[in-house]
Amino acid sequence: MRFMMLVIPKGYETAKPGTAPDPKAVEKMQKFNAQLQQAGVLLALDGLHPPSEGQRVSFAGGKAKVVDGPFSESKEVIGGYWMIQVKSKKEAIEWASRAPMSDNEMIEVRQVWEMAEFPPEVQKAAKGFEEMQAAAQKNR
Amino acid sequence: MTASETHRTIDAVWRIEAPKLIAGLTRMVRDIGIAEDLAQDALVAALEQWAESGVPENPGAWLMATAKHRAIDRLRRNQLLERKHEELGREVEAREMTVPDLNAALDDELGDDLLRLMFIACHPVLSAEARTALTLRLLGGLTTEEIARAFLVPEATVAQRIVRAKRTLAEKRIPFEVPRGAELSPRLASVLEVIYLIFNEGYTATAGEDWMRPGLCEDALRLGRILAELAPLEPEVHGLVALMEIHASRTRARVTASGEPVLLREQNRALWDQLLIRRGLAALAKAEALGGGGSYVLQAEIAACHARARTAEETEWSRIVTYYDELAWLTPSPIIDLNRAVAVGMAWGPAAGLEAVDALRSSPALRNYHLLPSVRGDLLKKLGRFSEARQEFELAASLTQNQRERTLLLARAAECDASAEPV
Repeated sequence: MRFMMLVIPKGYETAKPGTAPDPKAVEKMQKFNAQLQQAGVLLALDGLHPPSEGQRVSFAGGKAKVVDGPFSESKEVIGGYWMIQVKSKKEAIEWASRAPMSDNEMIEVRQVWEMAEFPPEVQKAAKGFEEMQAAAQKNR
Repeated sequence: MTASETHRTIDAVWRIEAPKLIAGLTRMVRDIGIAEDLAQDALVAALEQWAESGVPENPGAWLMATAKHRAIDRLRRNQLLERKHEELGREVEAREMTVPDLNAALDDELGDDLLRLMFIACHPVLSAEARTALTLRLLGGLTTEEIARAFLVPEATVAQRIVRAKRTLAEKRIPFEVPRGAELSPRLASVLEVIYLIFNEGYTATAGEDWMRPGLCEDALRLGRILAELAPLEPEVHGLVALMEIHASRTRARVTASGEPVLLREQNRALWDQLLIRRGLAALAKAEALGGGGSYVLQAEIAACHARARTAEETEWSRIVTYYDELAWLTPSPIIDLNRAVAVGMAWGPAAGLEAVDALRSSPALRNYHLLPSVRGDLLKKLGRFSEARQEFELAASLTQNQRERTLLLARAAECDASAEPV
């Protein structure tokens, strides 16, 4: 099972453009990342630039509309994530509990969809069923 | 416990900490069975005490300290060899240390301990089934029941295998050391063999079966990734990890919505997991930087050629042929030769492929192997030699035990009739 551990750092929603992470925090993070790596559970990880550097694209009326950050309505924003592969949600939560977070940080643990979990109609649609059948015909 | 702590359940902690715990204890007491008992004791203590006091800040260190106290008591009670006296002295000091110091001391040794445990659990003196069960149990954190479900055998069988395996290791006085020098290569091969065996058991399981079975792929990947951290200078380790990551990347594309297998050349590549492919290629690059060239690395190279091709048509078949050449030289096998012939056909056309296949027709190992006539039929059909192709497909159908395959092969034979020119 895969899970994302989404880091929600309080205050990041108002962080100025160009805000870089604190080196001490990074060092703690590296140790934790090494633990994930050594346990064979780490799939991927990334940090994200602050929302003040980002954009939001909305789609009211089918038209894409772009707005620059920061976004005053957002009280919580994502600062980064880990993607891990573990046996159970409990294991994911245990790992999240070990992350070196400070007082005003939070981790949201979310399971990643696996194809096998989707109902058959969704699976067919996702797999481009028709496309595949056509390809199979072509290769005979 | 507070609301958040009740969610940090002990079995999750156990799954993370158990292998390191057992590994460290094995070094101390020189016996896997005793090490597991001590670890279990520590778990029981945790269940009792953490219910009241909550999960400690460093659960791994807590478990290790608890288990070590019991180990010391146990050693004191037994007849001690001089070596154990020394260890006892060190461990008593450790008991006097504060928790942070203990953590630092533990970190240095844990890597070696875990590696040692892997080598022991995969010792060639044990049968393949025993090695697999012991590895999944001690290093994969699977219960006996889970292992039984994964391999479709009774739980009692697995339990027996594990008990016998531990006894054999004790009786043969297998040294608890990481193999060195000339011993390292064959012992490492034994470890990689076990991990790959677990992976393949999971890979061949179909979706409709117990989820424990395809779950074995994840178990194997995890073990491989752990090993890559413990033995980072071994190219074959990275090669095996690369091979598994890339194979696993095709999980979503390998079967149709109704559960039928899909051939590699027909798979919807948009469904290939690019994250796993990227990880596989990165592992392969590490192996290459270390000098590559072993069997797993070569197999990974072939898998990587497919992974890099955005469409089947873009596959670098001539490159694949050279890897098969090297594999055939390294580990001669008619199966490898047959796969090479297929690649030759894809690279240089069906006539070249047919020539390569025909060279194998006298191979005794392939005499009753249905894929030989199947491949031959494929190539003959491409060359427009339809009646010969039909004969090959019919021969192949008669050689396979698998009902689905037989149906497919007979269908291909029938197609040849439809394609044949009128007399």
